[in-house]
Amino acid sequence: MYPARFEYYRANTLQEAIHLLQQHSGAKLLAGGHSLIPIMKLRLAQPPVLIDIGRISELSGVMKTDGRLRIGSLTTHAMLAASEAVKKHCPILAEAAGQIADPAVRNKGTIGGNLAHADPGSDLPAVTLALDGVIHITGRDGDRQVNASDFFLDLLTTDLKPEEVLTAVELPALEERTGSCYLKFEHPASGYAVCGAAAIVALGGDESCERAGLCFNGVTATPYRASAVTEALAGQNLEDATIDQAVTEHLSIDDPMGDTYASGPYRVELAKVYSKRALKTARDRARS
Amino acid sequence: MARVFGSSIKRREDPSLITGAGQYTDDLKLPNMAYAAIVRSPHAHARIRSIDTSKATALDGVTAVFTGEDIKKSGTPGVVPVGWLLPDMKIPPHPVLASETVRYVGDAVAVVLAEDRYRAQDAVDLVEVDYDPLAVVTNPAKTVEEGAPQLHAEAANNIAFDWELGDKTKTDEAFPKAAHVLKVNIRNNRLIPQAIEPRAALASYDDSKGQLTVWMTSQNPHIHRLLMSLASLGLPEHKIRVIAPEVGGGFGSKIHHYPDEVIACWCSMQLHRPVKWTATRTEANLTDTHGRDHVTEAEMALDENGRILGLRVKTYANMGAYLSTFGPLVPTYLHGTLLSGEYDIPAIYCNVIGTFTNTTPVDTVRGAGRPEATFIIERLMDLAAEELGLDPVEIRRRNFISPDAFPYQTQVALQYDSGNYGPALDRALEMVNYKNLRAEQERRRGEGGKLLGVGLSTYIEACGLAPSAVVGSLGAQAGQWESGEVRVHPTGTVTVYTGSSAHGQGHHTTFAQIVADRLGIDADNVEVIHGDTDQVPFGWGTYGSRSAAVGGSAIAVSADKVIEKGRQIAAHLLEASEEDVVFEEGKFFVRGAPDKSQTLNDIALQAHLAHNLPPGVEPGLSATSFYDPANFTFPFGTHIAVLEVDPETGEVKLLRYVAVDDVGNVINPMIVDGQIHGGIAHGIAQALWEEAIYDGNGQLLTGELLDYAVPKPHMLVSFELDRTVTPCPHNPLGVKGVGETGTIASPAAVVNAVVDALKSYGIKHLDMPLTPEKIWRAIHQSGRS
Ligand SMILES: Cc1cc2nc3c(=O)[nH]c(=O)nc-3n(C[C@H](O)[C@H](O)[C@H](O)COP(=O)(O)OP(=O)(O)OC[C@H]3O[C@@H](n4cnc5c(N)ncnc54)[C@H](O)[C@@H]3O)c2cc1C
Repeated sequence: MYPARFEYYRANTLQEAIHLLQQHSGAKLLAGGHSLIPIMKLRLAQPPVLIDIGRISELSGVMKTDGRLRIGSLTTHAMLAASEAVKKHCPILAEAAGQIADPAVRNKGTIGGNLAHADPGSDLPAVTLALDGVIHITGRDGDRQVNASDFFLDLLTTDLKPEEVLTAVELPALEERTGSCYLKFEHPASGYAVCGAAAIVALGGDESCERAGLCFNGVTATPYRASAVTEALAGQNLEDATIDQAVTEHLSIDDPMGDTYASGPYRVELAKVYSKRALKTARDRARS
Repeated sequence: MARVFGSSIKRREDPSLITGAGQYTDDLKLPNMAYAAIVRSPHAHARIRSIDTSKATALDGVTAVFTGEDIKKSGTPGVVPVGWLLPDMKIPPHPVLASETVRYVGDAVAVVLAEDRYRAQDAVDLVEVDYDPLAVVTNPAKTVEEGAPQLHAEAANNIAFDWELGDKTKTDEAFPKAAHVLKVNIRNNRLIPQAIEPRAALASYDDSKGQLTVWMTSQNPHIHRLLMSLASLGLPEHKIRVIAPEVGGGFGSKIHHYPDEVIACWCSMQLHRPVKWTATRTEANLTDTHGRDHVTEAEMALDENGRILGLRVKTYANMGAYLSTFGPLVPTYLHGTLLSGEYDIPAIYCNVIGTFTNTTPVDTVRGAGRPEATFIIERLMDLAAEELGLDPVEIRRRNFISPDAFPYQTQVALQYDSGNYGPALDRALEMVNYKNLRAEQERRRGEGGKLLGVGLSTYIEACGLAPSAVVGSLGAQAGQWESGEVRVHPTGTVTVYTGSSAHGQGHHTTFAQIVADRLGIDADNVEVIHGDTDQVPFGWGTYGSRSAAVGGSAIAVSADKVIEKGRQIAAHLLEASEEDVVFEEGKFFVRGAPDKSQTLNDIALQAHLAHNLPPGVEPGLSATSFYDPANFTFPFGTHIAVLEVDPETGEVKLLRYVAVDDVGNVINPMIVDGQIHGGIAHGIAQALWEEAIYDGNGQLLTGELLDYAVPKPHMLVSFELDRTVTPCPHNPLGVKGVGETGTIASPAAVVNAVVDALKSYGIKHLDMPLTPEKIWRAIHQSGRS
């Protein structure tokens, strides 16, 4: 519970952070610290240098422009859960953020840290993926953008380079007649997702499914997108039986993770049950 | 005037704890203090080839690194003892630092001392231990099988003891003639106690005086001092002072004498400076004694009317790698003796085999043995009800010991002094509206969807440990009386010194209530002191739900002695004979003449001034008692869990939890309810979430709070409590004990409810914890999903 020795720097601006990252190889950014500090205390991570970006105000906050939400990487889970803009335009993000751990974690943990850490049990990766989010990254050579679908590479591994900073997440504002739902089966000890189903349903004028999104946290090493299910739903009238059938027939996950608490096959089963329920709730919300 | 005894006054210990002013062991700092960190084995079983401490010693800021060899050379015994002896028990030595063989992950092999804890941890990582790994066994039943790795030369087949209780012949005879025989195999899951404050010790040895002072996380400072003197350190008892400052919970884990605290003391003696050691959470989970871990085969014989004829239980109890202080007691006299439950059972036989495995030593965890026993009987009662087509309520009623049968001699040593089980059951049924619940359950069964389950546990507990002669005859190397001194100051305020040692229970409040009630004074005028061997007379500490019944009784007796002495002085001053002087609401007066009275304050002052005392009466107004209870106390009650099982995922959702407990007279209802709430939460957690899991290599897979599920508020429901009151007939307060009832009763209630919900799948039993996956698999394997 006592971390190894490290040096600590505080960056006051994004530029300073980038500069410090270049100066100190092996440095780690410190945002809310609620993923990084626990693993440092267990000495599973021993970064020689920490660069604290926690107080860079330009990286925090939610902005709405032309049908899109731009969420600064330092926006905390608590801010997401409480933000009127998020609740209105991306309610599934508020719903997921509000289910993360406890108030202490939500008050410190950030969306940037959550996505950058890419813990398979985290709640925000699948939501970001289901929303087709775009990740904004700044490095020495300037800014770049990565689609969420290209961002999560493996267990705890993303497309971020060691000397880059995740600056924002850009998400489409959900339109009228679109419903969403984040349904979580939480681990009784850690509170992380054993299976978190993120479902989005957009209805057309005739009540049929115009578009759907379905992604999972917790089941595979990176957030899993169930494209076959949503393709099967497109154009369909979303009766309960239609949803059940689409999930039963089209959801197959080949490489689930498992541990002593929940095996791989069980997680797949959870994904099935939870996606049916999440899709139905999203549909009901789209209708209302 | 409302009696202070029985009123929910606020806990006086809370303001300082809530505002962070409480001083725990780790908050204490002494000048020139060194920090200790312990090097622990990453292997569950290995021979130590060599230990190289040179790199660690060379690190800047490191004062010293010691190994077991250094302790041996010092002449200090350096072993921790066992405090409960069973016939033919094998007691392998337990060195505080292993130097030849390590036997569980976490076994201590070296200690580092440094100027701060970060350096100490750095140095721990630099100690190089060359291990030769050995084969590993973790299961308490498999460890006795042929070919299993052997842990100790002293214990053939890894058997520490093979113990029995009850009449085997009579019990065996009950089975062939029985109309029904039910059998269940139970794995009672291993628990980690999880006190919120990890264990810690600050040891300071004063060379010039040969005096050791140690502040430590202790539930019983005098036991720790005694064992340090007799066994681990060999210092004279009067040269050791043990102080338990604020202690942040124990749940039984802070009773025992562990290696780590001894190591801190020994290091202070070597370095001639204070040494502090505080466990990390990881260390706490690896080294605090664990609980439960039984493998049990149990059988119950019943006649055609559902009357129990006999009960036969065979248990393999995991002792872990070494025998902990009271490890052998838990599965024997705290378990076998409880197997009669609330029932009139004519024949019981219990055989317990305590075994060594490559796991953390196992000892008391809240309930200790009694939850395991209750679980066995209460599961069998439900199985029997199902087999006989009786309602679980009905089969229990048919077997209850009748209220006029007390004192009731069980077939397993205990004599229940009192009890009346029907009313608690009736009240609990009424609170849940049992009939409606069953109707609702039927209705839902037809509908599909979530399954409703209702589970009962009609339990008994033996606590208030304990008559000293009895425990002595059963193997205790300890007495179980308690000390209590009531010291009235010249101004009439009072200080109470108790051998009980609270660590969250609220003794400062309740003990003050006892004294205030008896002496007729304001509770604010009573201070309670505990947890310091230099301040308090010898006492045995707090565990086994004993403090109110035994410690509180000692205080009550002392208060009564004070009144008697006060009466002598008052009679002298009032110029009356003692027999004519009454004491009411803090005043002495001649019967029938309350106008002319002497208050306790007046008498206290006169007693100390001693200007005018009756002949032969010594000055001062204080009394000390050593109260040895006549019997255990026997709380009982009915708990009912109502829950829903999601058949698609196996998830369990608690809907209601009703508990009607009989803990005798109640000193402070709010504190009693708090204890019951905590106990129920703890027991529900055993049923649904908590489990220490070892893999085949003896690695603890659930050693962090990331994996080991301690319940959070949102996982529970608001418990509905009520009580019946059957006062304990043999102690002056009529109190029983309340700290463990919830943990004893609730696992069975919850599991019975889940199995009840799963009835239509033909599922008879599931082992705890009832994780969703386990339930889901059982449903799928039933062939009826
Ligand atoms: C008890 C507990 C329970 C939890 N339960 C949940 C849960 O149920 N669901 C859930 O989703 N999460 C949970 N978390 C994790 C929590 O949400 C973390 O806060 C989050 O995962 C990481 O965010 P952070 O701001 O704390 O990141 P930090 O811990 O500061 O950083 C995490 C990693 O990301 C990197 N990083 C951080 N910010 C950036 C950035 N802007 N650019 C590039 N790299 C960056 C860091 O260098 C580090 O490697 C829990 C945490 C705890 C302690």
